[in-house]
Amino acid sequence: MTDLLRRLFRTRQGAFGVSILMIVTLICLLGPALAPYSPDRMDFLGRFAAPGVRHWLGADQFGRDELSRLLYGARDTVPAALLATLAGTLVGAVLGTLSAYAGGSWDEAIMRTIDAVMAIPGLLLALLIASTLGGGEQSALLAIAIAFAPGMARITRSVALAARQEEYVAAAIARGESGVRIVFAEMLPNVIAPVIVETTIRVSFAVMLLATLSFLGLGAQPPSSEWGLLVSDGRTYLHDAPWLVLVPGAAIAISAIGFNLLGDGLRDALNPRDER
Amino acid sequence: MLLSINDLSVRFATAAGTADAVASLSFAIEEGETLAIVGESGSGKSVSALAIMGLVPNPPGRVTSGQIVFRRRNGSTEDLLRASSARLRDIRGNEIAMVFQEPLAALSPVFTIGEQIAESLRLHQRKSHADAMRMAVRMLGSLGISEPEMRARSYPHQISGGMAQRVMIAMAMACRPRLLIADEPTTALDVTIQAEILSLIRQMKEETGMAVLFITHNLGVVAQIADRVAVMYAGRLVEEGPTKQIFSSPRMPYTSGLLASVPRLVTDDSPLVLSAIPGEPPSPLAHPRGCAFHPRCRYAVKGLCDTTPPPLRDLGNGQAARCLRIDEIVGGAT
Repeated sequence: MTDLLRRLFRTRQGAFGVSILMIVTLICLLGPALAPYSPDRMDFLGRFAAPGVRHWLGADQFGRDELSRLLYGARDTVPAALLATLAGTLVGAVLGTLSAYAGGSWDEAIMRTIDAVMAIPGLLLALLIASTLGGGEQSALLAIAIAFAPGMARITRSVALAARQEEYVAAAIARGESGVRIVFAEMLPNVIAPVIVETTIRVSFAVMLLATLSFLGLGAQPPSSEWGLLVSDGRTYLHDAPWLVLVPGAAIAISAIGFNLLGDGLRDALNPRDER
Repeated sequence: MLLSINDLSVRFATAAGTADAVASLSFAIEEGETLAIVGESGSGKSVSALAIMGLVPNPPGRVTSGQIVFRRRNGSTEDLLRASSARLRDIRGNEIAMVFQEPLAALSPVFTIGEQIAESLRLHQRKSHADAMRMAVRMLGSLGISEPEMRARSYPHQISGGMAQRVMIAMAMACRPRLLIADEPTTALDVTIQAEILSLIRQMKEETGMAVLFITHNLGVVAQIADRVAVMYAGRLVEEGPTKQIFSSPRMPYTSGLLASVPRLVTDDSPLVLSAIPGEPPSPLAHPRGCAFHPRCRYAVKGLCDTTPPPLRDLGNGQAARCLRIDEIVGGAT
């Protein structure tokens, strides 16, 4: 583990990504303690206050402090994106490995279903699921997980197909291991490295998807200060108070870039062709 | 009779047509006996071993006929080609274990060898993880591996091929199987390690009284370890018998050719002649008509060997051979 971190820091992207994500994590953990005001405290004299000494990042139409809302909102955005991606990855990885292990008609059935789901663009699918489930933070999360699973299944299957041919799988069968055990204890641990890389990159999509769903009113609901919702709220006042869109927009972009860089760094750090 | 294979055929569907990898193969292994199957690459020896374990890759491979009857510990018999998967899981690893050619490929790269031995112990026996780990370390020690505690924490890529093969044997022996299938277990190792692995298998055999099915193309190894030898050519059994007898009086010209092509130490006054069998093994897609060996056989007779498939003839002394001219070439076969 420490070895992996060291290798991660050796690449520039990895070091950058980890640094950004450490700051994001700190904000998620300590946000409420750092915030100068309560996120819901209204200040009618400070409505649309421009960034300045009193409100560092300005204030919104109710005079709520934008910095405080941003710091609180991190908790509604980043962990949710992470959770949604992990759930999608888990389901996809299990399906993909199962498909590769079983082969034949099982493989066909699983993969053709996945093809059908993948024919629908990801955002559209997430929208469809979120609206069917009635919107809200949890349904947005589930929608993203479901939208991600097929792609993860595809990627995992391609790696697992190679692992299926490995002799350690034959050895496991010869040892009398069950199919379930071979999938979970032999193949999954061996295919997980490339899947982890894909997962981290997908978290950045999830951050944006989650913000998009909130923006469209299908994700977090007011008075939450989820970042997508902040952008959506601020959009009306884009002309007079552009910081209401720019600040949360930048936060979304920076965390997305953080996860992307981490993914790139991990891909290099986990490359088995590198020396161990 | 511990294991008897009757009329086993395995066919592979390839882009170029169907290949008969194994054609109506029959042989048996007695309890506690070591049988070596010898043959060139592509002779079907490995595929027969895989068929016993149900590991023939499908597709493209398929067992098209035959029976593999195994006598279980409790005395009941089971046809391994028709048994339920639950029964097979109970037999595999527990009563029949297998050791592979590439020990490093047969170990999972992401777990330590201690964990892998412990898991194979836990698979068929109820044991706590801690108990299994302690047993794994003890087993590593009994295999003559120094610093077993430290080694148990190593990953496969950190150990040598010879040590990995010892680990594989330890895992195979975990449940004291009654039959060990060893598919070229020494081929990927260098010669000194080969000898160690062979003596380890022999030692395990003496301790547990298990039978060994040893697949190899190395006749030197056969001479060291086998009680009986079965020679395979083009998917068929061509000669079978007690090791000493096969080595001293082979009756099938292919066997004699194999024996003659073993390099020997030569002295100054005798010329160095490395005899080889002319030609190359037939493609499994198109086995020659008649005797599959006739295009390479110097005793082949036109109109006989290229038309009539020879039957496996029992020679009465435990030896059997597949040759039409068996009576004519006695003694002259070497």
